[in-house]
Amino acid sequence: MLKVLQRILIVMPLITSVSCDIPSQLEPVQTQIIFVLAAASLTEPFSELGKLFESQHPNTKVELSFAGSQQLAQQLGQGAPGDVFASASQKYLDAAVQANRVAKDKAQIFAKNRLVVIYPKDNPAGLEDLQGLAKPGLKLILAAKEVPVGEYSLDFLDKASDDPAFSPMFKATVLKNVVSFEENVKAVYTKIALGEADAGIVWISDITPDGAGQVGSLDIPEALNLIAAYPIAAISDSKHPDLARAFIDLVMSPAGQQVLQKYHFISAFP
Amino acid sequence: MENGDRLRIQLESAPRLYQASNRSFQFWKILALPLLLFIAIPLVALFAHVSITDLLKNLNQRQVIEAISLSLVTSFTATFITLIFGTPVAYLLAQRHSRTHRLVDTLIDLPLVLPPSVAGVALLMAFGRNGMIGGWLSAVGIEIPFTMTAVIMAQVFIASPFYVKAASIGFASIDPELKQAASLDGAGNWRIFREIDLPLSRMALLSGSVMTWARALGEFGATIIFAGNFPGRTQTMPLAIYMGFEIDMEVALTLSVILIGLSFLTLIIVKGILHRRIEADLEFRST
Repeated sequence: MLKVLQRILIVMPLITSVSCDIPSQLEPVQTQIIFVLAAASLTEPFSELGKLFESQHPNTKVELSFAGSQQLAQQLGQGAPGDVFASASQKYLDAAVQANRVAKDKAQIFAKNRLVVIYPKDNPAGLEDLQGLAKPGLKLILAAKEVPVGEYSLDFLDKASDDPAFSPMFKATVLKNVVSFEENVKAVYTKIALGEADAGIVWISDITPDGAGQVGSLDIPEALNLIAAYPIAAISDSKHPDLARAFIDLVMSPAGQQVLQKYHFISAFP
Repeated sequence: MENGDRLRIQLESAPRLYQASNRSFQFWKILALPLLLFIAIPLVALFAHVSITDLLKNLNQRQVIEAISLSLVTSFTATFITLIFGTPVAYLLAQRHSRTHRLVDTLIDLPLVLPPSVAGVALLMAFGRNGMIGGWLSAVGIEIPFTMTAVIMAQVFIASPFYVKAASIGFASIDPELKQAASLDGAGNWRIFREIDLPLSRMALLSGSVMTWARALGEFGATIIFAGNFPGRTQTMPLAIYMGFEIDMEVALTLSVILIGLSFLTLIIVKGILHRRIEADLEFRST
């Protein structure tokens, strides 16, 4: 009798430990998904950061949605779910704040970017300097003015028109050469890389290491250029606030900044 | 006319073959409701969002007027081109015994199932500046992307199958004996086509072209890739809706309401008047 009791006592903890093990084995298998809405210009670095985050946080999946910042802000305004919003301009982050999807003053600047003129590798229009954008017959593609990069492109043209090195009619003449206002910056880049037009204005970060062979570029001097600050923020009704926070921390960390710099972004912490 | 008779009998007798009992009809009505509501509710919601005064006010905006007129010009041109180049294809398709029938039929079906964005990329690869044919054209100074021509080409690519399919069904339903008789009487190919095929299938041709026009009017994916987006030149109504959605919701809503209105009207014309006419035609022919 005692022996039997002894056996039971020995086996009991084993059984309970096994039964305890079952849920604790199952729990981590449940993958958590965080949705990151990011400006189209962040496609390459954020894809890489997403993978990095997944490797640091087992059983977590990062779903990335890339589109023009204006479109993402609009989607957020209409109630689209999300955990993190990374915008190419403060304006559309403010729009998300307005829509009560992002807490006020919670956004952080995580990267900076600048404009660059690109042309197809074979340079069909023989573009040699920025003044050449006004050449009659040159086919120019800009991003639509609703897209941050499109708005800044117009700013650049304004500044250049005021600059003695350019004609005062520079902006008007250049705008006559525009054949399309694309809906996001990646479409501008792709169409130039395909050689469908002679020049386009994109972020320097859009010239990816892979694509560097497809396009040539002309620098826009600092005085005429626009240094765009990219803000990032957690969505206030995020289902995974901790993970959202952790993702933002990764973007701000030296490792995250390094990834951004690899794609020609300017670090937010010089 | 035997052929007409046969068709009429089919048309009339089909619904009478099995008259569902009242109760089972109610049962199916309930089961059909979810999908019907799912389609109807967003459309109603869209209309509920726009007041008539806003609609009229937005109609006066330059961007809206430009988009509407560009859409009308391009979609009518695309339909006209489809009529000219699609009719021979439809005629070919109607000859079912032809060896190439299945190949032609599949080719014509492709644009209907392809995502329009694929069509846009394909058009760019063919007619872009460095495209298969485009490279060649640009050597002689013709560049198609980002022009109104590109918009029309995208529309023809996507929308022409609707006409071709409808027209080929129309042509195929004509009694071959009729044409044989005409041929024995000494009528040539062209005359048979003009005096027998065309008039007898005119309703099918008409409803096919209305469908093609409506589809061309709604074309978006191929257009934005192949023709780009430039107000007044390549920004059709669907593109203006897409761009407007992001910045000027009012423009997007106004154009959406107009497009839904036009599509609704088109379908009513095709389904209502034309089909009634076809039935009346058959009735007339059979007496």
